[in-house]
Amino acid sequence: MEPLSNRSKKVQKREMTFTERAYLPAIAQGLGITLKHFFKKKATVQYPEQTRERSDVWRGLHVLKRDENGAERCTACGLCAVACPAEAITMTAGERKAGEEHLYREEKYAVTYEVNMLRCIFCGLCEEACPKAAIFLQDDKLAPARYERDEFIYGKDRLVEPLKTTETK
Amino acid sequence: MESVDLLYKAIYILAIFGITLLIATYSTYFERKIAAFIQDRVGPNRAGPAGLLQPLADAGKLFFKEDFIPNKASKALFILGPGIAMLVATMSSAVVPFGDKLIIGGHEINLIAIDVNIGVLYVFGVVSLGVYGLMVGGWASNNKFSLLGAIRAASQNISYELAMGLSLIAVLMLSGTLSLREIAEQQSGFNWNIWYQPLGFIIFLVCAFAECNRTPFDLPESEAELIGGYHTEYGSMKLGMYLFAEYINIFVASAVMATLYFGAYNFPFMEDLRAAISDPVLANNVVTIVGLVAMFTKIFLFIFFFMWVRWTLPRFRYDQLMKLGWQILIPLAILNIMLTGGGILLKEYLF
Amino acid sequence: MTENLFYFLTSLTLLSALMVVISKNPVHSVLFLIITFFTISGHYILLNAQFLAAVNIIVYAGAIMVLFLFVIMFLNMGKNAENAVKTSVISKIAGTLAGGLLFVVMIAALKDAAIVGYNPETYNSQVGMVENLGKVLFTQYLLPFELASVLFLVAMVGAVMLGKKETGEQHF
Repeated sequence: MEPLSNRSKKVQKREMTFTERAYLPAIAQGLGITLKHFFKKKATVQYPEQTRERSDVWRGLHVLKRDENGAERCTACGLCAVACPAEAITMTAGERKAGEEHLYREEKYAVTYEVNMLRCIFCGLCEEACPKAAIFLQDDKLAPARYERDEFIYGKDRLVEPLKTTETK
Repeated sequence: MESVDLLYKAIYILAIFGITLLIATYSTYFERKIAAFIQDRVGPNRAGPAGLLQPLADAGKLFFKEDFIPNKASKALFILGPGIAMLVATMSSAVVPFGDKLIIGGHEINLIAIDVNIGVLYVFGVVSLGVYGLMVGGWASNNKFSLLGAIRAASQNISYELAMGLSLIAVLMLSGTLSLREIAEQQSGFNWNIWYQPLGFIIFLVCAFAECNRTPFDLPESEAELIGGYHTEYGSMKLGMYLFAEYINIFVASAVMATLYFGAYNFPFMEDLRAAISDPVLANNVVTIVGLVAMFTKIFLFIFFFMWVRWTLPRFRYDQLMKLGWQILIPLAILNIMLTGGGILLKEYLF
Repeated sequence: MTENLFYFLTSLTLLSALMVVISKNPVHSVLFLIITFFTISGHYILLNAQFLAAVNIIVYAGAIMVLFLFVIMFLNMGKNAENAVKTSVISKIAGTLAGGLLFVVMIAALKDAAIVGYNPETYNSQVGMVENLGKVLFTQYLLPFELASVLFLVAMVGAVMLGKKETGEQHF
C-alpha cells in the first residue's frame, strides 16, 4: 500500500541488551520519574475555596440586559435565533401596551424568550447578531447541571437581568 | 522471671501492638497521600488538618456499613478468613528487635517482645501462614473470582517463599545465628549486612513485595481481571481487616528487612555517642532511644519505598511472575549462597 | 501449668485429627489438618524443641498444606461431597473389621512396650536447640542427611521432567 505520508517509521525489533533485560535499571529510571513528580507543583484547585480562573473572553450563561432605566432592551427581532447555529433560541413577539414603557424599551418586545441550554454551544453568535445589545454571554456564570431535561430550558424569568432596586437606598 | 520484668514486658508488647496498628492505620493515609503526590494531586485534605483524620473517617465508614455475608458462602470460614489474616499479620512483629536494651531503675529491658533463638524461622513460618487468610476467605466466598484470587495468592506465596528462604540463608551463613537480636547486634555501627549481601537484599526485597501481595505482584487482587480477587465478596469491616492486614504485613516486612540488612537499631557513630556521655546508664539509654528512632526511620523509609514502587510499576502478567520467581530469583539466590560461601572460605584462608 | 497445657494440646490434637477424618467437606478436612499440625508444633515447643516446631510449621502448615488446599480448590470437591461417597453394606462391614483388627494388633503390640523415659537429673534441656540439632545432623547422622538430600534432588529432577514442555506444545 502506498503510504499516506512519509512520516511512518520502520520499527525494528532487536534483541534486548543485558541492562534492558535485567529490568532493574528501568525500574530505577521509573522510580526517578515518579519521585520527580512527587516534588512537582500540584495541579489541584481547592474548589470550594478557590475557583479556577477563567479566560477574559469566557462565554458563559446568557443574560438579557436592561437599559439605564431598567427597561428590557430586547425587541424580539429574531436575529439571534437566526444566527444561532444550534437552534437553541425561540421567542414569541408581542406589542407593548400603553403604560408599559418603563418595562420595555421598544414598541415590540419578547413575550417569551427561551434558550435551551442543552442545545446551546455557547458560541456567542447571538451576542454578535443582536442589534440592540440585549443579549450577552456572561463571563462569571455558567449553566449548572440539573436533574430534569426541562429545567435546562431557560425562560425569561431566569434570563432577564434583575432590576437594580438596591440603588434606591 | 520477676513480676516487674513481666510487667515491663507486658507494657512493651502492648506498646508494639498499638504502634503496629497505628502505623497500619496511618499507612492507608500515607498511601493515598503518596499516590496523590506522585500523580501531581494533593490527596485527602478535608478530614482534619491536612486530612490527618482521614483514617478514622474511613474506619468509621467501614464499621457502620452493612456486615454482609453471601447466601451460599461457607459462613464460619467466611468470618474466619479476615480474622486469620489479621492474627497472622500482627503475630510476626513479636520477634523483631526494635531497639537495644533500656535500663530503668536497675532493670534491663530488652526492646524485643520474645527473644527466641529461632527468630528468623519464626518470622518465616508466620509469613508462610499469611496466605491462609486469603485462601480461606477466597474459597469461603463461593465466588469464581474470589477462588481464582485465592489460588493465585497460594501459588504466588509458595513460589516466592522459596527464593526468600534461599536469600535468607546467605545472611544466616554470615551471621551464624537464627536469632534476630543477635543478627542485629552483629551489625553494630555502620557494619550493615547490605554491604555484604547486595544481591541477597534485592532478591529478598522482591520476594517481600510478592509475599505482601503488593504491586507489581498484586495479582491475587488484581481489579482488572479478578474484580477484587479474594476479597470480592467482602464488605464492611471484614474488608477493612483484609486491607489492614496488608498494611501490617508491609510494616513487618519493612521491619524485618531493616533488621536483616540495614542494621536494625544500629546507626553510624553509635559508639562515639556512647563514649561522649560519661554516665554509662544514661549513655546506654540515650543510645538505645536514638537507635529506636533510627529503626523506625528505616522502617518508614521502607514503607515509603513500598508505596513508591506501587505507584510506579505496572502489574506483572501471571506467567511473568512465575518465570521471575522460579527461573530467575531462585537460581540467583543459589548463586548468592555459593558466592557467600566462597567469600567466607576466602576470608578464612586469607586472614 | 505445663501439664495442663499438655493435656489441653493433646485433646485438641486428637479432636482435630478426628475431625480431619469425620468432616465431609475436604476443605474443612485440610483446615483441621492444619490445626493438628499447629498443636503438634505446640508439643514440640513444650519439649523445648523450638527448631522442630518452627520447621514443622514452615514445611507442613506453610507449604505442603497450602498445596493441598490449592489442589482441592482446583478440583472443587466441596460442591457434591454429600452424595459423592456411596458405600455398600459389605464394604462398611469390611471396613469395620479391618479397623478393629488393626486396633487389636496395635493394642497387642503396645501392651508390653515399656515407655523409655528420661532421667530428669541427667537430661539436657538444650538438646532440641538449633545448635545441638545441627551438630548431631552434620556429625553423627551425616550420611543419612546427605542421602536424604540426594533423594530430594531425584524428586526435583522428576518434577522438572514432568513439568517440561513437549516440543510444539504452547500454553500461552
